[in-house]
Amino acid sequence: MNLDMATLLPNIAKASYLIAAVLFILGIKRMASPVTARKGIVQAGIGMVLATLATFAITGGHNLGLIVGAIALGVIPTWLWGKKVAMTDMPQMVALFNGMGGGSAAAIGAGEMIKFVHTGAVPSKTTLVLAVVGALIGAISMSGSVIAWAKLDGRMDKRFTFPGQQYFNLLVFIVTVGLGAMLVMKLEVPVIVAFFALALLVGVLMTLPIGGADMPVVISLYNAFTGLAVAFEGYVMQIEALIIAGMVVGAAGMLLTQLMAKAMNRPISGVLFSNFGGGGQSAADIKGSMKPIEPSDAASLLYMADKVVIVPGYGMAVAQAQHKIWELCKQLRERGKEIKFAIHPVAGRMPGHMNVLLAEAGVPYDLIVDMDEINPEFATTDVAIVIGANDVVNPVAKTDKSSPIYGMPILDVANARQVIVIKRGKGAGFAGIENALFYQDNCKMLYADGQAAAASLSTELKAIDGGGGH
Amino acid sequence: MIDGFLALYIFLLAAFTGHEIISRVPVILHTPLMSGSNFVHGIVLVGAMVALAHADTPIGKVIGFIGVALGAGNAAGGYVVTERMLDMFKSSKGK
Repeated sequence: MNLDMATLLPNIAKASYLIAAVLFILGIKRMASPVTARKGIVQAGIGMVLATLATFAITGGHNLGLIVGAIALGVIPTWLWGKKVAMTDMPQMVALFNGMGGGSAAAIGAGEMIKFVHTGAVPSKTTLVLAVVGALIGAISMSGSVIAWAKLDGRMDKRFTFPGQQYFNLLVFIVTVGLGAMLVMKLEVPVIVAFFALALLVGVLMTLPIGGADMPVVISLYNAFTGLAVAFEGYVMQIEALIIAGMVVGAAGMLLTQLMAKAMNRPISGVLFSNFGGGGQSAADIKGSMKPIEPSDAASLLYMADKVVIVPGYGMAVAQAQHKIWELCKQLRERGKEIKFAIHPVAGRMPGHMNVLLAEAGVPYDLIVDMDEINPEFATTDVAIVIGANDVVNPVAKTDKSSPIYGMPILDVANARQVIVIKRGKGAGFAGIENALFYQDNCKMLYADGQAAAASLSTELKAIDGGGGH
Repeated sequence: MIDGFLALYIFLLAAFTGHEIISRVPVILHTPLMSGSNFVHGIVLVGAMVALAHADTPIGKVIGFIGVALGAGNAAGGYVVTERMLDMFKSSKGK
């Protein structure tokens, strides 16, 4: 056997890819349990570094400067940005980084197609089909994720719809697939350019009409898309690590998307094609008015209550109010009140978003209750405090068939004896729908920033009994 | 060379694996897990590196460069964000 470097290096690289693939799978598995989650990401990280180093070995120094430059350009800004971005902005960061992955897969597809044109090489039909499909999915994931990021980051106003939108989108999609089929028959540069332009457009068009509470599902779906795109382009590049890792993420992502959609009682097709958000009842259709309450009166209600349920939403995250809220809850607990946190499956911008923030503030797990478990308890709840949640407590989801959120399971906050809604202003929620809860007789509005409101409630509570509890 | 059926086997087995390893995940970990799997498909970086290394035309180099930069961004950003999310689980347990 001849152990020269030319045959040794590729084998070392292949072995490293195999180890990386195993580390990824074990890493993801560990991330699915709270006890081992932190080890999981470190393990996956080791796999990534190993695979990257191994790749340097097999690329033989071709275009080394370009490769190192591109890696530096990709790593340094995202690393620094990811380190300093606020915890509340994490969902849109995930969307953005996912879009980059999709773009990278699309770029691989584009590069290979252009190379086939230049060299006149004739790839197998399987290779071509997977290159085209991977590029299509990757490009959709990239532009779609960027729109999702812009929406979550508040850079783009809610939704964009026009009559016949779904038919128009379908038409664009069919034309794009048609161009893709042409590429499989015969690769030509103008067709390649048109194909990628339209594929990016499909991602934009798909995401524009989606708004509000559906965004987590969309991000998860694009995450799965990117995984599939990576797997397909992995076949084109003949790198097993890409096929395995991409496919594992694709399948896991699809399952995660289904779990999320199920938690919202919406089929994935409904999320993508039903023009969610906006419309529905206008304020004029809802009887009653919004009744403001002062912090001192709200504190009295809390003082007299035995059981208080906190319903946090994205507004709590924005106001970074989780610490102050937990302070308030600790005071209430000292006074013998029963405290629970009710978490809607899609409260915030992603499933688990609220759990992460409450964990950060030090709230014990056993006080945090899921929707199905807490809903029957609202009837025996004296005061429910809604802080920064809106669409997930809107009774319209049960009563108004014309409402875009009709059918979404909600927290039955309206059944509590008293409801205090802490809210900055009178605007509608992320989905742009008026909230019938705010107009109910048992609901009072405490207009303030979440952190300030929680602090003033604490102060007022101390003022009632001089601070000490009983 | 990985060809037709062998590739199909890899695709299918990997898909089953992905489905199996997260089938019993608590809601609390949905976001970190999505973020973590987002990091894992950053492996696309490796494919982009190989593509760029083999590029010999200016347009090929430009596309390859973009691919590597985006893939590296996916991997680096995905890692940092996931690690920060999971770090909070640790700090809450300490209290």
